[in-house]
This record gives sequence, structure tokens and C-alpha cells, in this order.
Amino acid sequence: MNEAEAIYALWYREFKVFTREKSRVVTSVFTPLLWIFVFGGGLGSAIDIGGINYQVFIYPGILAMSVLFSSVFYGVYIIWDRKIDILKAVLVAPLSRTSIFVGKVLGGCTDSMIQAFLMLMISFAVGVYLTPYAFLMAVLVLFLLALSLVSAGLIIGSVMESPEGFNMIISFLVFPLFFFSGALYPLNNLPPWLAAITYIDPVTYGVDALRTVTIGVSRFPIYLDLSILAGFALVMFTVGTIAFERMNIL
Amino acid sequence: MEHAIETFNLTKQFKDLTAVDHLNFKIKKGEIFGLLGPNGAGKTTTISMLCTILRPTEGTATVNGYDISKESGAVRKSIGIVFQEPSVDDILTGRENLQLHAMWYGVPKETRKQRIDEVLNLVGLESRQHSLVKTYSGGMRRRLELARGLLHLPRVLFLDEPTLGLDPQTREHIWEYIERMSKEKDMTIVLTTHYMEEADRLCDRIAIIDQGRIVVMDTPEMLKGSVGGDIICLKTAVTDTERFRKITSISNIEVEDGYIVLTVGNAGEHLQEILNLAGKVESVQIRPASLDDAFLSYTGKEIRPDSGEGGIAQRIVREKTSR
Repeated sequence: MNEAEAIYALWYREFKVFTREKSRVVTSVFTPLLWIFVFGGGLGSAIDIGGINYQVFIYPGILAMSVLFSSVFYGVYIIWDRKIDILKAVLVAPLSRTSIFVGKVLGGCTDSMIQAFLMLMISFAVGVYLTPYAFLMAVLVLFLLALSLVSAGLIIGSVMESPEGFNMIISFLVFPLFFFSGALYPLNNLPPWLAAITYIDPVTYGVDALRTVTIGVSRFPIYLDLSILAGFALVMFTVGTIAFERMNIL
Repeated sequence: MEHAIETFNLTKQFKDLTAVDHLNFKIKKGEIFGLLGPNGAGKTTTISMLCTILRPTEGTATVNGYDISKESGAVRKSIGIVFQEPSVDDILTGRENLQLHAMWYGVPKETRKQRIDEVLNLVGLESRQHSLVKTYSGGMRRRLELARGLLHLPRVLFLDEPTLGLDPQTREHIWEYIERMSKEKDMTIVLTTHYMEEADRLCDRIAIIDQGRIVVMDTPEMLKGSVGGDIICLKTAVTDTERFRKITSISNIEVEDGYIVLTVGNAGEHLQEILNLAGKVESVQIRPASLDDAFLSYTGKEIRPDSGEGGIAQRIVREKTSR
């Protein structure tokens, strides 16, 4: 009972931060919009992929990207929380580390899903018309992505000791996850080395699932995409609880 | 259980540094106990172990009867902590900070509102409770931390440098709150400080700690008494200090910055005698012995009374030792 309420309190804090730091929301939606309307719109005026306008083609990829960036950033953000001791106050409270992790994960998923909803709202502007079923499936896929990537970010944040490594995380983790996911190109005729890497990038399956449900283009069967995403989420979540258990307070 | 806290060879080793070295002390229930020492003496490390933030390398301690290593959950529930660096959440209001804290510490729903009103009243923050903490001054943050530490009615409250870097007026306020809590709630309070004045004013007992060890532990009065009455500072042409040994009630002779510093049982009785021995005197200062003098005589060093620099230095030491 106490733990449930504590988790709610942790989530509530994250939610308040999100609603109060409006600049963070605006910024996080702005970049994906640039991708869709400038990059997608620009290339789309010249390029079709399998008869689909390029802008439409990358829309599901950019949905995944917005969740990828916001989720990992959110998780890694706990380095700053630790730096300014907000997290310390939580860590010394009589709460299990699992509860703290769950509260943080739920907070991060809420942030990412609010952004995902905003991105889904503009689908019609790109010319993608979602059925209620497609909409719900997209939400499910984006949630699985958020769950695993927030967990991954928190794991990194819990072992990193200073914010100086933040740029490294962006360059060596977030961008590769994005570029290798096939968000911007089809996976069908890739050179073998590139194909191999895309297959081990879990975000690939998120992008593929989103493409399947939103525009009906797929590389893998949807059940395979969903199983891999769910498995990835489960692993990240489990590792995250362990990482939090081991995290030092000071 | 008559002791709120008892330590048994409590030790913390960081790589090549023994921050806390086999500490053994007992703190009575309801007592205000001060850990006094220079920066890097091991005060914060000691408190961190008692709060279950750091694991001891060796030895253990009980807090409210619970073992800090084996029953950390129970320890955490029964204590309140006010950190050296404010850990209240900037982006929330004062009241929201307290609401979250109440939920984390399992303060029952029915009494939550009343408890929050009570602590806000105690630290005088009612009028600003709905403002975001980022608009608070340093003193207000510290008061909010105090309020938060008290919210769940802990039996032991830990205060790590509660007035570090605060202006004199705010310090006075905080001291009043601490005294009030101790009296009204019969709370055991453990505080670290490097302000002599603070230890003198608040503490029932003080442990002077240096290089991870307790040098001496007693009441402020006894510590001051042990230094022996009054301090006389002389500026004179005389350099040979041995001549003062003739006066038996002089317990200590030192030369500092060109001054001869004498510790005397009763300055009034021996002043004439001392002046005769001193020859031509440029200036004389007489003051009753303070805790500073006690500290100096026990550790051989002076505690730095400045706040800003000390705070930063301490922070750096802490950051290094915590890696």
C-alpha cells in the first residue's frame, strides 16, 4: 500500500516537472517536426519508396525517433538529479529501490507517450490516416519502446557518475540506434554489413511495427516485431531494477 | 533501550583514506549531540553511515535499536535527515515537496494535511508554501528541508551542517527551530558543524572529531572548563616564554602571529604578575576560554570559521571520497 502510494508520488513529481518545463515539451516535438516536414517534405518532393511518398514513409520512423530521444534523455537525466541531490532525498526514504525504479520509469513513459500522442495527432497533416485499431497498435508499440528505452536510459544514468559523458551517450548510443533502425530507409536491399547491424538494433523492430500498422509496409511479421520489443522491454526493465538496487547514493 | 544511537568500532575506509576510524560512542535519547571537527574530519561520513547512505567498511551501529547494516529499512523509517546541500525539489512548491515526502515516508493520509500545516508553521513558511522552491532564498530552502525532516515525526533527526553558508539572522532562526523541536518533540538530534558557536549554543554533548577519530567527548561547559578559564593574548618585546612557567595556574603557553597566548585559571588574579614578567607590553587581550580554544588544545589545529570557502572545500573532499 505504502509502496504503491510512493510510486504514485514519484510519478506525480515527474509529471509535474514535465508540465512545468514546457520548453522541454516544445523542444522535444520540434525536432521530429523538422525531420518530417523539412527533411521528409524536401526529399519527398523528389523521392518515392515503393510507390510511397518519402515523407509518409519516414513518418513512422520519426514517431519512433521522438520516443527514442525523449526516453533515453529522460533516463540519463537522473545524473543531474543525483548531482543536485534531489535523488538522494528519494534514495534515503524507506522505499524499495524497485519502487523508485518503477516510479521513475512510469514518469518517463508518461513524458514520452504525451509526446507520442502529439506526434500521432499530426498524422493527417502528413497524409497518414489512422484507423482506431492502427492508432491503438501504434500506441502499444510506442509504449513498449518507451518502456525499454526509459529503462535503458535509467540504467546508464545510474552507473554514470558525471554529466560529462552525456554527449558520448548521444553520439554513440542514441544516434546509432536511430540511424540503424531503418527509420529513414527501407530494409530490403541493404548491404550485408548494414543489414546485420539493423537486425541487432531493437529500435528497428519498433520502426517496422509502426510502419506495418500505420502505412501497411513491413519487413518482418508483426508478431515477431512485438515479441522482440516485449522481450527487449522485459530485459531492460529487469536489468534496470538490478542497476537501481546497486546504485550508490553518494 | 536508553540510547538512541550506539556505535561499535564504526569504520569507513575509502581507498587509501580512513575517513572514520573505529568510532565508539553512545547518544542518549532526547539529547542534542554535536559532531564537531574541521573539514574532512569524517563528520559527514559518520552521519552518512548512521543514515544508511554509506555502508561501513568495518563495525556497525544501532539507531533506535535497529542495526544500520542489517535493518536499514527500519532505520530509515525512524530517522529524519537534513542534508548539507539542499535536496528539496526546485520545480515543486514547498507544500508539494512536503506532500511527496509524506507519501514516501508513509505518513497516514488522515494526518498528512495536519502534519504538513504543523511543520510549515514551525519553520514559518506558510505564506510561501505555494511558491515554487526555486524562488526561495537559501535560508528558506534550509527551513523547508528542516520541515521535511520533521514531517514524519522521526525519533532521531540528523542535521549535516544545518547553517552552513547562511547569514547570521537565518542561523539564529534555525537554531531556535532546532531547540524548539528538541524540547517539544523530545527528539534526539545529531548534528555536524564546524561552527564552534553553533555547537556551544545547541549541544548537550559534543564529540570533537579529527582525522576520523573522536579526540574528546563532553558537554560544552566541561570542554571549555578543561581548557582552563581565561585566555590572555600579549603583544610584547619579550620572546622568551619560559619565564611564564613560574605562574603555576598557567596551563598552556603558545606563540601565535607574534602574540604570546597564555591559558590561565583566573586572569584577574594573575594579571599583574603576568604583566610584570612580560615587561613592556604593547597590547593585552583577555577573554574567557571558548570552544575554539578547547578545539585547538585537543586537536592542535584551528577550525576554520569561514563558511563559503570551507563549504566548497568540504564539497570537493566529499565528491572525491564518494567516488
